[in-house]
Amino acid sequence: MEKKQFERPYIKKLQAGMPSKFGMKSRVEPLTHIEDNGVGDLIKEFGSPLFVISENTIRDTYKKALHAFSIRYPKVQFAWSYKTNYLDAVCRVFHQEGSWAEVVSGFEYDKALGNGVKGSQIIFNGPDKTDEDLKKAVENDSLIHIDHFDEMYSILALSEKSGKKPKVAIRVNMDTGVYPMWDRFGFNYENGDAWDAINRMMINEKLELVGLHSHIGTYMMSTNSYKVAAGKLADLAHGIEKKYGVHIKYIDIGGGFASKNTLKGAYYPGTDTTPSFGEYAEAISSGILNSELDPRNLPTLILETGRALIDDAGWLLGTVIANKRLSSGNRATIVDVGVNLMFTSFWYEHEIFPAAPVSEHLEETTLYGPLCMNIDVLREAIAFPLLKKGDHFVIRRVGAYNMTQWMQFITLRPNVVLLDTEGKPHVIRKKETMQNITEQEVLPGHLT
Amino acid sequence: MQIKKNIAVSETGFVFDPTSGESYSINSEGQEIMVLLKDGKTAEEISETMCAEYEIDKAGFEKYFYDFIGMLRQFQLIETED
Repeated sequence: MEKKQFERPYIKKLQAGMPSKFGMKSRVEPLTHIEDNGVGDLIKEFGSPLFVISENTIRDTYKKALHAFSIRYPKVQFAWSYKTNYLDAVCRVFHQEGSWAEVVSGFEYDKALGNGVKGSQIIFNGPDKTDEDLKKAVENDSLIHIDHFDEMYSILALSEKSGKKPKVAIRVNMDTGVYPMWDRFGFNYENGDAWDAINRMMINEKLELVGLHSHIGTYMMSTNSYKVAAGKLADLAHGIEKKYGVHIKYIDIGGGFASKNTLKGAYYPGTDTTPSFGEYAEAISSGILNSELDPRNLPTLILETGRALIDDAGWLLGTVIANKRLSSGNRATIVDVGVNLMFTSFWYEHEIFPAAPVSEHLEETTLYGPLCMNIDVLREAIAFPLLKKGDHFVIRRVGAYNMTQWMQFITLRPNVVLLDTEGKPHVIRKKETMQNITEQEVLPGHLT
Repeated sequence: MQIKKNIAVSETGFVFDPTSGESYSINSEGQEIMVLLKDGKTAEEISETMCAEYEIDKAGFEKYFYDFIGMLRQFQLIETED
């Protein structure tokens, strides 16, 4: 007789209380495959943990976003936010789709060049651009977004030396009705700093002001804030045209669109509350179209959306290391994925699925990572199936920031595979080895 | 190790403790173990029965078994030995 599958024995106290008013399913469905690749097979071939990225999902999401904006505004250009995920394979998929590059450091700038992006299609943001970085950007005709007056004067000095007229935009921060207001980057709109920067630039005539940029925050749930920001930038552009007769070529509204992940402490799940691309597009395009700008000669709208374009395309596969009970009697499950790989678990309640069919029984569990550190918690309380040591699971929506903000801490970073449009897996970042780490170290003579 | 005598274990996966008035849900593995415990079986006998029925070896079963006993103790469903 064939033996039955064993599930670890389980007992749970029944507590009478308010039924869930959301009527959400109490059962966790397994996620056994990622685009026809069995989770177990992927782990067998590439190890656990394993990041998996879907090329199809990237391309589909990009097309949806582009469509949402293109039907509402005549000139739209996306620029891939390198810091969100700068694995070359990922960047190249976005560039193939038509995205420019948006970088915030010399390192990212060089990566964009290495990915074949034309200098004139690289937007250089961020507060830390060295003179060497700026020189390179000026030579390559890149779009330099000025963050502060010190930077403006560095670029002026460089332009005098090179004899070139650098193409620049200014970053503008402003009150869009959200808290906290991001005022550490760029020049303020309300207190007149932005106009001050524009006036100095226009009178000086050594820089070519081609754009206006803002980035109002991250994981922005309010589309109206974008409408306010777009309207204020459009007013500035109109003011410049009136005062100096200079046409601003683009308005860059930055990024910050929310993905469908659920923030910690959120009342509703992200899947129910996150605005669609259409809603963001409606707000931003109407902010510009309703301004005084001449509709026959509108600036290009640039978007630096990162998170919302890549989060859905990433999964993290892992394995249960152990189960234990805490002194309170509460269940704890230890898995091989920790905050070292899942930086976003500090602010999201990630959805986690078993990789094989499970019974309907769920247990309130704390999911701990493998690090010998108390803060290594993936989920503080999750109704989780009764997984055993060696069972696999899948964390959903991990494409944004985890593969750039991950840490080499205690353990080494794992393989990252890309599933191509046919679903075939390709390693796009090899797992780290001891040599990768130690080759950067130098032993002083007396310790050899 | 003995389940308290007045504890009721249903075949459909529920446990009722008349002393505290508390109810519990259990999975089929838990239910079988509780029935075997009520029948006075030893840990060794329970292990043999379960390993014959399920895809699990003795060492694997033992750790889940004692973890489960820990939960029963936590819920005060086991007789205290004095």
